[in-house]
Amino acid sequence: MKNIWNFFAGTLVLISKGSKAYYCWVLFLLVLMAIGASAYVHQLNEGLIVTAMRDQVSWGFYISNFTFMVGVAAAAVLLVIPAYVYGWGPIKEFAVLGELLAVSAIVMCLLFVTVDIGHPERFWHLIPKIGLLNFPQSLLAWDVVVLNTYLVLNLTISIYILYNLYYKREPNHHFYTPLVLLSIPSAISIHTVTAFLYNGLGARPFWNSSILVPRFLASAFCSGPAFMLLIFLLVRKYTKFKIKDEAIQKVAEIMAYAMFINLLLLGAELFKEYYTDTIHLASVQYLFQGLHGHSALVPYIWTAMIFNVTAFFLFLIPATRRNNITLVIGCILVFVGVYIEKGMGLVIPGFIPDTLHEIYEYSPSGTELLLAMGIWATGLFVYTMLLRVAIPILNRDFHVADDGVGSYIGDQMFLIQQKPEEEPESVETH
Amino acid sequence: MSDTTKNEYIQHKSRRKFLKGLAAGVGLIAMPGKDASASVWEEFFQKHFRELSKDELKVVIGRLEKEYSKKFAKQVTVKTTPPIEGVLYGYGLDLSRCIGCRRCVYACVKENNQSRDPQIHWIRVLQLDKEKGVDLSHAEHYYNPEKVPEKGHFYMPVQCQQCEKPPCTKVCPVQATWKENDGIVVVDYNWCIGCRYCMAACPYGARHFNWGKPGLPVAEMNPVTHYLGNRPRPKGVVEKCTFCIQRTREQPGRYPACEEICPVGARKFGNLLDPNSEIRYLIENKRVFKLKDDLNTQPKFFYFYAT
Repeated sequence: MKNIWNFFAGTLVLISKGSKAYYCWVLFLLVLMAIGASAYVHQLNEGLIVTAMRDQVSWGFYISNFTFMVGVAAAAVLLVIPAYVYGWGPIKEFAVLGELLAVSAIVMCLLFVTVDIGHPERFWHLIPKIGLLNFPQSLLAWDVVVLNTYLVLNLTISIYILYNLYYKREPNHHFYTPLVLLSIPSAISIHTVTAFLYNGLGARPFWNSSILVPRFLASAFCSGPAFMLLIFLLVRKYTKFKIKDEAIQKVAEIMAYAMFINLLLLGAELFKEYYTDTIHLASVQYLFQGLHGHSALVPYIWTAMIFNVTAFFLFLIPATRRNNITLVIGCILVFVGVYIEKGMGLVIPGFIPDTLHEIYEYSPSGTELLLAMGIWATGLFVYTMLLRVAIPILNRDFHVADDGVGSYIGDQMFLIQQKPEEEPESVETH
Repeated sequence: MSDTTKNEYIQHKSRRKFLKGLAAGVGLIAMPGKDASASVWEEFFQKHFRELSKDELKVVIGRLEKEYSKKFAKQVTVKTTPPIEGVLYGYGLDLSRCIGCRRCVYACVKENNQSRDPQIHWIRVLQLDKEKGVDLSHAEHYYNPEKVPEKGHFYMPVQCQQCEKPPCTKVCPVQATWKENDGIVVVDYNWCIGCRYCMAACPYGARHFNWGKPGLPVAEMNPVTHYLGNRPRPKGVVEKCTFCIQRTREQPGRYPACEEICPVGARKFGNLLDPNSEIRYLIENKRVFKLKDDLNTQPKFFYFYAT
């Protein structure tokens, strides 16, 4: 118990230390979080009427972001599988960073759901036995269960490993391997259940397609790794943590396959809708062409299409995959492309036209944008804090001191431009 | 039998204990303002309607009646009349008669204390083309001519279809909405968390959300209410048509407000289990259809053509 407290106290000291860049970054996130919080207070006072959602389009930007973040969270398995199942060294070295990303993403998911509901203070109605969780009937109940399971699993695994490394002990793989193996189906389950949540509604033909789950999974295995790669490239550049090129290449290669499957499934969906040309085509038409003069999403979805296809080729061709600049471009394209396609592009057309074929065009209100920004900042803040602790531990720069009580902090700066050999400015620092 | 009651008692006790702990915890985070009375906490910890014991229900109803009576400056009653044995409500709507006057829409608003601003309507009347038939994709929702009916058009009011297999209740994560024994789908406004999954699931646009604070003028408030029906709603919860549960469950019962107001007799209401009822006669003798029959929601709302 004493050890846990010492570890915790040490991490608190650690996160308060850092370079100017680190302080600026954290301050920046805190300001955005404060703005988001004030937007939430406004929404709590006035009700969800301050959003652009209405009865016709009853879910909007919040749930779109939630859906996308579930994908990012699930993508951590792309590191876990090669690292623990195949024991591939280059990825195993930083798989824990993927697990921490999953934790941050799930925190964002839970926040996005919380701000979307009308009575967040009634959350206890969802707790089994105390409230009345409608399990197994409601898929939202399933989602509550699997998201929390996944969160607990990833927290347990990563904290267990880091805690042991801090005390200079080898983590007991008999303890964490079963948990890691369990986290693999668990990651698949959060995405499957979230897809089922939409999929199971006969009222919404746009979602009521059996291809939806595989489409979700395929796009998650694009967007999640894209986000991870961007972060890892930044981590490599601005912290002392080393990530091998081959590990990054491997993830990029997996993304190329995932994007191919994603595009194939989308094509299959579009063929079925357009060729059969039933009344259910309306939502797809709204998304890709506009319907009866309403076309708010059309420019976005075509942007997403172009981005996704371009990124597919960038990851497919070995030369562009290996080039750091085209790799970064590819990651950004995938991230934005899937954010549109699996966010607003998936949620909104489910409601347009609505069940009585009314068209209400939705685009997020200022409050929704500010609040969502606040949640993104919160997610990044959580991840920054987790990395602030995890990276020094993995680098052996943060561990228990020789007296067995205090902490040794070797990495006082954390965020600082590293000296990459190939870049010319490295000369000045000598 | 006594065993189960004992178990339930223990469960309730431990639940109460947990809630007390929770209260302490939540209290630290979100202290209610100075004017908040004990009823705020009572409301917060109120159990699901169907889990309330008789005594607990009495306390809840007393609290609500007091609160509403004070707010609307009149004696407000909140009934909890249960379903009548042997009754399954069914509704018939004669498309050949409806003239699209929307009197039903506004009678419903008045009877059921819907918010006037922001506006909530439980009934939506669609204007359809005679040429195209029941084709929702050509429906006009906001028709507004000097006079109805307009040439070449017919009208189709849509409200909760009180499905036998309601997709909305199935998806609710907290069982805040359910189908009663008389077939009416109801919502416990004190249990609904406002996630709106039911609205995504409903194929008929029958569920409505209180996006803002309901605007219900004191003078227009109907003080005869039912807990599961037309009592005033808070913001942030879902509401829907209940076949005027506060009227139809009484003995002698009254017709739903929409049925009563219809100037052309297009609306029919009755007991589907009574072989001599008008609704049974219509189903057996007229050309009847159910909206979106292919979804197998099995509505108890029957559209028909009498002439």
